Amino acid sequence: MSKTYSISELEFKANEIRKSIITMLEEAGSGHSAGPLGLADIFAALYFDILKHDPKKPDWDERDILLLSNGHTVPVRYAAMAHAGYFDKKELMTLRKFGSRLQGHPERTKLPGLENTSGPLGSGLSQAAGMALAMRMNKDLHRWVYVVMGDGELNEGNIWEAAMLAGKYKLNNVIGIIDRNNIQIDGPTESVMPLEDLAAKWESFGWHVLEIDGNNIEAFIDACALARAIVEKPVMIIARTVPGKGVGFMEYDFHWHGAPPDHEQAKQALHDLRTLQGRIRSEHQ
Amino acid sequence: MSDYHLVPNFDSKDAAKEPIRKGFGRGLLEAGKLNENVVAACADLTDSTQMSLFKNEFPDRFIEIGVAEQNLVTVGSGLAAMGKIPFVSSYAAFSPGRNWEQIRTTICLNDQPVKIVGSHAGVSVGPDGATHQMLEDIALMRVLPNMVVMAPGDSVEAEKATRALAKDSRPAYLRLAREATPIITTDKTPFEIGKAYVYAPGKDVTIIATGAMTYQALVAAHKLYVQGIDAEVVHCPTIKPLDNVTILNSVKKTGKVITVEEGQINGGLGGAVAELLSEEHPALLKRIGMRDRFGESGSPDELLEHFGLTAKHIMLAAHSLVD
Repeated sequence: MSKTYSISELEFKANEIRKSIITMLEEAGSGHSAGPLGLADIFAALYFDILKHDPKKPDWDERDILLLSNGHTVPVRYAAMAHAGYFDKKELMTLRKFGSRLQGHPERTKLPGLENTSGPLGSGLSQAAGMALAMRMNKDLHRWVYVVMGDGELNEGNIWEAAMLAGKYKLNNVIGIIDRNNIQIDGPTESVMPLEDLAAKWESFGWHVLEIDGNNIEAFIDACALARAIVEKPVMIIARTVPGKGVGFMEYDFHWHGAPPDHEQAKQALHDLRTLQGRIRSEHQ
Repeated sequence: MSDYHLVPNFDSKDAAKEPIRKGFGRGLLEAGKLNENVVAACADLTDSTQMSLFKNEFPDRFIEIGVAEQNLVTVGSGLAAMGKIPFVSSYAAFSPGRNWEQIRTTICLNDQPVKIVGSHAGVSVGPDGATHQMLEDIALMRVLPNMVVMAPGDSVEAEKATRALAKDSRPAYLRLAREATPIITTDKTPFEIGKAYVYAPGKDVTIIATGAMTYQALVAAHKLYVQGIDAEVVHCPTIKPLDNVTILNSVKKTGKVITVEEGQINGGLGGAVAELLSEEHPALLKRIGMRDRFGESGSPDELLEHFGLTAKHIMLAAHSLVD
């Protein structure tokens, strides 16, 4: 994108994206809240700073690729895309409705700008590897494949098949991003199926691992810059995020993994976001 | 028959045989020479699936995935997303046996033209036994929207099918067999994706066969003629999309149908033809194939005989319909 944003402007974008997520999910009446809210900072950073892309030319052949492997978090991508100018923000209110381009889980063929169809977990990293291999065959050295994964989805064997392959071929044009929010549907990840020592697992598969605060936009941008500079290995960014980030009663609570807010909850959530959870006065107070 | 330039005397004792998968290997190499976007990936069976011809010629366009069939097809999806034409191969029992959901979501729903090549399909795999004798692949792939499903009848046709798939923009499943199969077609035999061919015209009964079973159907028709039954053999290398016109034209003439395949009749070619006929032109139907059971170890000939998949069994079915 031509315009560059300051960190505080990006933080403002992330908050706007969160408000859209709440409004969309309330209108839809179903969908996932915690993951999308937790990922808003990462998606604001991707769409307004990191990615080489053009909302007016979604199939621009020099664009960076952003794959969403954990498709249930797609409201954050839709919101970020709308705010970035891929389509009118009004369309966000069609999420999950009949005839909408914004399907409950993302479908590439429905909406320009989506790079993959996902929902069933564990396939995004393989697709990223395939795209990275194709770029290498094409001697296309100035593009990157970013792939956002959930932590719960790392239970899938397909992920580790892809991890081995990317390690084998040293796919340095793949940048993985794990949304390490420690929740999945049945509870905390470490009680459902322990993932730790997660960094050591990826390192042993031949990846360079960076661990950051995934709700810190500056840290994420820096991590991506470093990842692009590491040429000998693929890089996995373990982004520690707070599920439900920005909405007090949703934060850290796995029950919000797969639930939308009702009207009263949405009102409270938007209030939280406008006031940064009471730290500033709302314009409506 | 002359229109189709079939091999004369293909059923004689010294007629040429070759594994169908060999034709795939040649076709892929040829397609790779014609289009640099053709790429290949394999799950640790590069020689068995005959992908080695391509790998040796184009090592930079070949990806060794290891024993990881879920990864095989999803990497294929990613390659296709970047404009490649990926052929991904393994044994049919593993791909599409193990990775159906990935094929459904990342290839069919995602509409990426990955070509899934499943070798060693059918009971004729032989001694390896039931685990490796893939019988459900046609049903698994046929039910998926956007998917083309093919089972060529010999190595010559497999070569043509592979070259045709490399030019086709749809996801596809190509079913191959391990054993040496009599060669019945020639370079001049016409081939198009989605077309069935009347290899032997007749008026009493329609025998619709796919894969290597077409050979058995032709042998059966030849013998039936001597016995006074004039059977029409429709070779059906594309199971989806099914060539409804050719099949219905034949059935309207004969009113009686036998389907023949080396796989489960439930959901297979037999299922497809049954669906078509019940909606469009109800007719007497006998389905030859695996009847809701698994295979077992044995020699290919023993197994084909045991499971009723030979010319003799086709002839018995024809007599029961016509006599």
